[in-house]
Amino acid sequence: MGATLPLFIRKINMDRIITAYSHITENKVIVNDRLIFYQENIVNFADFVKIVYKQEMINYPRFYKMDAISKLGFLAVELVLKEKTIAGYRPEAVGVIMSNSSSSLDTDIAHNETIKDRSSYFPSPSVFVYTLPNIIIGEVCIKNKIKGENAFLISEAFNGKLLCDYADELFDNKRVEACLCGWVEVMGNNCNALVALVETADRSADSSGSGFKPMLFNAENMNFIMKRN
Amino acid sequence: MDELILKLKKEVIEQLNLEETTPDDIDPDSPLFGEGLGLDSIDALELIVLLEKNYGIKIEDPKDGKKIFFSIRSMAEYITEHQK
Amino acid sequence: MKPVYILNDNMITSLGFTTAENILAIKKGTIGIRTVNDPLLYPNPVPVSIVNDDLLNERLGEALADHHKTSPSDAFTRLEKFFIISIHDVLKNSPVEKGDPRTLLVISTTKGNIDLLEDRFKSKFSHKRLYLWELGRVIQQFFGFVNMPVIVSNACISGVLAIIISARFLQSGAFDHAVVAGGDIATEFVISGFQSFQALSPDPCKPFDLNRTGLSLGEGCGSIVLSIHPDTSRTPLVRVSGASVSNDANHISGPSRTGEELSWAINQAMEQARVSPREISYISAHGTATLFNDEMESKALENCELSNVPVNSFKGYWGHTLGAAGIIESVATISTLRSNYLYRSAGFDTLGVPSPLRVITTNRPGEVNACLKTASGFGGCNAAIIYQKD
Repeated sequence: MGATLPLFIRKINMDRIITAYSHITENKVIVNDRLIFYQENIVNFADFVKIVYKQEMINYPRFYKMDAISKLGFLAVELVLKEKTIAGYRPEAVGVIMSNSSSSLDTDIAHNETIKDRSSYFPSPSVFVYTLPNIIIGEVCIKNKIKGENAFLISEAFNGKLLCDYADELFDNKRVEACLCGWVEVMGNNCNALVALVETADRSADSSGSGFKPMLFNAENMNFIMKRN
Repeated sequence: MDELILKLKKEVIEQLNLEETTPDDIDPDSPLFGEGLGLDSIDALELIVLLEKNYGIKIEDPKDGKKIFFSIRSMAEYITEHQK
Repeated sequence: MKPVYILNDNMITSLGFTTAENILAIKKGTIGIRTVNDPLLYPNPVPVSIVNDDLLNERLGEALADHHKTSPSDAFTRLEKFFIISIHDVLKNSPVEKGDPRTLLVISTTKGNIDLLEDRFKSKFSHKRLYLWELGRVIQQFFGFVNMPVIVSNACISGVLAIIISARFLQSGAFDHAVVAGGDIATEFVISGFQSFQALSPDPCKPFDLNRTGLSLGEGCGSIVLSIHPDTSRTPLVRVSGASVSNDANHISGPSRTGEELSWAINQAMEQARVSPREISYISAHGTATLFNDEMESKALENCELSNVPVNSFKGYWGHTLGAAGIIESVATISTLRSNYLYRSAGFDTLGVPSPLRVITTNRPGEVNACLKTASGFGGCNAAIIYQKD
């Protein structure tokens, strides 16, 4: 490609840790290293997220109104926050940084279908509103009363370094005390979501009783989780 | 009228993705907005699209929506009056 | 924290292809929003601010010639043309080297090359071009930037957020310079969507006015060169001195009813810049002219004790340009700061928001030392940034 990734220089902060994470791929859900869902023959994304939603006994009727990417991101965040609550933080102290490759293209195509035929021209406001990738951040913030820093970044492939560098800047300058960081990608029936809750060591004491050993928050570990599962 | 009311309930459930709601759960006289179904401003806009798409009725002033979309029955009455 | 300076800027709207052309048009009171009757844009006539295609291709030709590029102009999408012309213009008069590994490129857009979903473009460009990172790659490779661009797509705060992210990366010491560019084009995709929201005004938009009836869409592109090294040949020096982002956590399309969350972002930005509300001498608001946005902004500014500060919205001139808005409105804000000259808020006549505001009604001189730029968008996001003279 002839281009290098941005070179960021900063000292590694040992105090920032991933206190919980979830990783969802086509037919598999992993939370804090535990496989909580796996089914061989799932081909349909809509069915898959619905089964997981029901299995986890989440009760949030708005879920059904969301587009695919918001459903996926919402689910990934719910699974993380079930493991580790953020209730102890001020709403403004929690940030959300998300990223993906295709922005909202999956839903863009759906909106485009509604305007293709001039004789049946019915653009739908509830589809159009999801033609922005950061709506997933909005959904997560509404559900969990999060009011802090937001950013939605686009890269061709998962870029743990970019996410970590930006999140580190927010922590370094005390803009956040906790941050949900991740990747939420859906295209047709293909999906991939990784969401990590990042906290500082001093605030993470009441960690989950599930035996998950918190990991240092850095690009290597984010890339490791993404590749391993 | 009862037939139209049942049809409307089904259409509203489908159009607004009220996945866990059945037609029996909706009282035709209860307010659609506020408590109950948990509808919001996007749903209100979506109901305007529903009227146009399924019944060919165009609401020019969104302010009229408040009265028309008060309940399933008020929607049914409006449709009966305005459908060509 | 290291200061981050604004070295150079450009903006493209229906009013012109450079900052100077746009400012001149604003001074003359030209409104770029016109009723366009083009079935390729929307089935019915719709008011929108559109960049002239012939002029666009002419300017592109100049940029291509300057770069000794032999690629035909139709090798680029409409939006890519915007970005190429805009970035070419800011780099022309700036000391920043594109090939320098210490230079970062940041791109802001909400919909990118979304027009490529239309059948008429399907045979001309590959499907890949719909991906925002591919748009970024085309721009990066055209200019020869060394680093992969950072791409921000965060609804209507994208532009302001892209500037904030760039400034933060410069302050953290990772880069010396950043070229931040934001653009979006007017398409049937976007017009039909806003129309389904019943958010479009039948007339050019009237931010903060009693008789406002919704927003007007526009298209445009803007670029800003940021650096930790001041360009002392161009005074007054202007820097980014504070910035913050927040979320309403209320509704995905409707703004906060209280404005509390935008207020929080503004207060954080002022605190970081170490300026008090009294020291803010001008506000460049988001001002979309929808009923609820303008109401929310008036409340937020009142909460921050900023009701008495002269305020305008530039959207009355060139409409809401989505991912470009935060950049081009920042460019116009920086121009206000440099020239100590305040511009009338186009479309405004009588105040029609619940909290008091001092909307600028005539072009006039006025000393500006520190100013606030805000943005809010779908998804409940808010952003605030303070620009200040050194």
